Amino acid sequence: MKDSLARFGRAIARSRKATAGAILLAVFIVLALFPGLFARDSPTAEAYARNLGPSSAHLFGTTGLGQDIFSQAVYGTGQVLEIAFGAGLASTLIAALIGVAAAYLGGFWDGVLNLFTDVVLVIPLFPLLIVIAAYVHNSGTSVLIAVLTFTGWSYTARQLRSQALSLRGRDFLAAARVRGERAAYIITVEILPTMSSLLVAAFLTNALYDVLFASSLQFIGLGDPDSTSWGTMLYWAQSNEALQTGYYLQAIVPGACIALLGAAFALLNYAFDEIGNPALRPVRRRRARSRPLGSRRVGRLEHA
Amino acid sequence: MTELLRADHLTRHFKIGGALSRRTLHAVDDVSFGIGEREIVALAGESGSGKSTVARLLARVYRPTSGVISFDGQPLARIRSRRDALRYSAQVPMVFQDPFSSLHPVFRVSHGVLRTLRLHRPELSPRERQAEAERVFTVVGLGADMLQRFPHELSGGQRQRVGFAQALATRPRLILADEPVSMLDVSIRIGLLNLMTRLRDEEGVSILYITHDIASARYVADRLIVMYAGQIAEAGPIDDLLASPRHPYTQLLLSAVPDPKAPPPGSEALAAASGERGEPPKVIDPAPGCRFRARCPIAIDKCATTTPELRALPVAEGATGRAAACHVAQADTEVAAFS
Amino acid sequence: MLEVSGLTVEYAASRPVRAVDNVSFSVASGEFLGIVGESGCGKSTLLFAIAQLLTPPAEVTAGSVTFDGSNLVTMTQRQLSAIRWRDLSVVMQSAMNALNPVKSIGAQFADALRAHGRPSRQEVADRSAEVLRLVGIDPVHLRSYPHQLSGGMRQRAMIAMALLFTPDLVIMDEPTSALDVVAQRSLMTQIKELQASLGFAIIFVTHDMSLVSHFSDRLLVMYAGQIAEIGDTRRVFGQPLHPYSRGLLEAFPGIRGLRVPLTGIPGAPPDLSVSRAGCRFEPRCAARMPQCGTTAPDLVSRDGSDVRCLLYAGSGTEATMDAASADASTSTDASTNAGTAQ
Repeated sequence: MKDSLARFGRAIARSRKATAGAILLAVFIVLALFPGLFARDSPTAEAYARNLGPSSAHLFGTTGLGQDIFSQAVYGTGQVLEIAFGAGLASTLIAALIGVAAAYLGGFWDGVLNLFTDVVLVIPLFPLLIVIAAYVHNSGTSVLIAVLTFTGWSYTARQLRSQALSLRGRDFLAAARVRGERAAYIITVEILPTMSSLLVAAFLTNALYDVLFASSLQFIGLGDPDSTSWGTMLYWAQSNEALQTGYYLQAIVPGACIALLGAAFALLNYAFDEIGNPALRPVRRRRARSRPLGSRRVGRLEHA
Repeated sequence: MTELLRADHLTRHFKIGGALSRRTLHAVDDVSFGIGEREIVALAGESGSGKSTVARLLARVYRPTSGVISFDGQPLARIRSRRDALRYSAQVPMVFQDPFSSLHPVFRVSHGVLRTLRLHRPELSPRERQAEAERVFTVVGLGADMLQRFPHELSGGQRQRVGFAQALATRPRLILADEPVSMLDVSIRIGLLNLMTRLRDEEGVSILYITHDIASARYVADRLIVMYAGQIAEAGPIDDLLASPRHPYTQLLLSAVPDPKAPPPGSEALAAASGERGEPPKVIDPAPGCRFRARCPIAIDKCATTTPELRALPVAEGATGRAAACHVAQADTEVAAFS
Repeated sequence: MLEVSGLTVEYAASRPVRAVDNVSFSVASGEFLGIVGESGCGKSTLLFAIAQLLTPPAEVTAGSVTFDGSNLVTMTQRQLSAIRWRDLSVVMQSAMNALNPVKSIGAQFADALRAHGRPSRQEVADRSAEVLRLVGIDPVHLRSYPHQLSGGMRQRAMIAMALLFTPDLVIMDEPTSALDVVAQRSLMTQIKELQASLGFAIIFVTHDMSLVSHFSDRLLVMYAGQIAEIGDTRRVFGQPLHPYSRGLLEAFPGIRGLRVPLTGIPGAPPDLSVSRAGCRFEPRCAARMPQCGTTAPDLVSRDGSDVRCLLYAGSGTEATMDAASADASTSTDASTNAGTAQ
């Protein structure tokens, strides 16, 4: 476990894009955890004059209700990250269990799980989200997470199943079976750890899409309009006709936050692509990039 | 010598094609043999001969389509509970061919041995488990400090030794070694072959050595079973068999093995060799008759109609247990198919 | 016809690895040169370097490969494309990796033929059929896909493809390693026949010495990126000079004759990213002498072969084999006691 973390850390440090992504994400995490350190005002207090432009008192100005945009953005980070990590983790986990179990068990169970996955996959995502969210009026964070998880696991499950299928022929799995391990043990302890970089990459992709979908849902008014979140900021900006009336920052600020967070996840993903496929690593002459001689296995034999 | 394992008329078929196809692949057909205590039996054949399937049948990875496997007199079909299954796999473990995929890449090399000990010898305390892991690593020629390494830090030969250590952890009676040296460099193979003979002599373990390399079989094994297209072609004590092979396929195999110390073959021998174009058949829904007849220069009419059974051959005094599945050989005729 | 001179290939890394170190040899017209060595010795890298197929991080850092008068290392891609397949072709190790699985054999032959000129449909068909017949495959298989052919047939198809333009030199990278012993022998004799009738030279890379023992004219033994020994095949087999060649030969258990216990070569090939003084084989050598750990031997001529070993360097260290083997028995004990398990 420790070695995996060390490996990921090295992979991130090696790639400039991933390091940038990691820093960006870290900034957002700090903002989410300690919003009070950065924003003086309460995000919901309609204490100021409306529709002010940026100034030293209000970094990004105020909303149509007189709220400080900067503190809204800062305090909104928390909910967005909660959704991203929560739904991202949950959907990746479910996808891992279902996808790998399908690949490992094969035969009848593979067929059943595959059918289930395909049915969920085929359901059009956004309309479903709208229907569910509309049904559960003013959905709070946990409902959003649940909905996003339910619709988000199927694509990743297929991906992970393919990867697990390619591992099925490996002798160490046959060795585990022959020595008498149970299927549940093999799936969790033997197969999943070898797919760790793929799992992380899948999580990052899921988190990215969850941020976008959640914000979209809130934007069209299906979230809780009283909550503090970038999506709701967009909702209010739209109902305030911010772009038409020239109060651009009311829309641009939340939009930029969403874009930056999405970019952070996408940049981080570069590091994990490179772990999974060393051929993608750029070759630099002088920088440290250790590539073991045996990594391109020419022929079936290696250092004996 | 008491027989440790006995296979009788072992058969395994696979359905191939789609769900609506009726075609079956006869991977193993009517194979019978025995393995005794403290002996190394080599199971040799080309790829597609069924030798790996036999190993997996013995390891209970597949169930036989028909036939009986008995271990210590008890048929394997009687194994129902998980406890019995564990007990069997403790006594008959398997070593795999590919040193690069037989060890889990994420864990240390001690992982397999320790897991094996936990599953099969639960009575041991963690400290006893560690001591036992160190013991088996020393027996196979790796130091106890190797336990903490990762597979990518070990060479291919060392990884195969870890495979043997994992098999030894349960104090087995019979090790199924599926081409354990085929993917290693030639100079490293000898070390592992020597390890196998040591295991037989010092630890009292029998080994079923599956290989396509007759020369290495000769180096370690006491007896040899030659398989072709899912059936046994010939079987017997190895020196005797290689000195006077009675089945045409064995003769072909022997003639094809290059011996660097022998003088280069003359032009006629080369011409004869290049005429030999055949390949072992994929045995799908076979008709009766000998499966080697298409490549056999001495096939007679009977070979096309009746599948030859493995029968004991009359042998010279002093020799024991030669058997061949060949109509010509069984008729006690001199077989000289390939020089 | 082919002259490799001082060829050096390095893999760029934080600690660069010199996979091929100052290798020089030549191949005459119609000659069969076998390159033998174990994993990690650099033989495949050498092959790729000669064929100019190296990809980053590997690159040729020194030396030249002169083919028919021109240096391949300095050629542009355009010039190389003109030569490739017409004068120089490559047969890879595994047909399944080298052949396109979604195209028929005939289509791939046609691709190769059209890459060098504008043959008509008829010419393509004729030449493809002709070349398949040469390797003993019925031309009806031009319509087959690679997976429909057996392993042996696929390898033959690859060789047929390499011969489409009857090149002067064919480079083969372990073409028989995926085959069984009977198919191997039949493929080797086939290759030898083709060479006799078409007259091309062959560089044949393999880890299995016994395979080339009956077919090659000269043998090059590689170890740790350098030439250990090179000479006439019969001579190298009959009296191997380098202790590594000797160890390799003795690692083959024989089919006939008495069963004798063998020892193989203890230890493992060196880590090429760590540069050390002295002979690279020294830690594993049964005949090592004190100076072997500090002085790197050069290639010297002896009895018609070239060998890189201090045993043969100059008159001062003209230690005979007997004296060396007396040392050998004591040093073998030392190396086995050191627990160098393989």
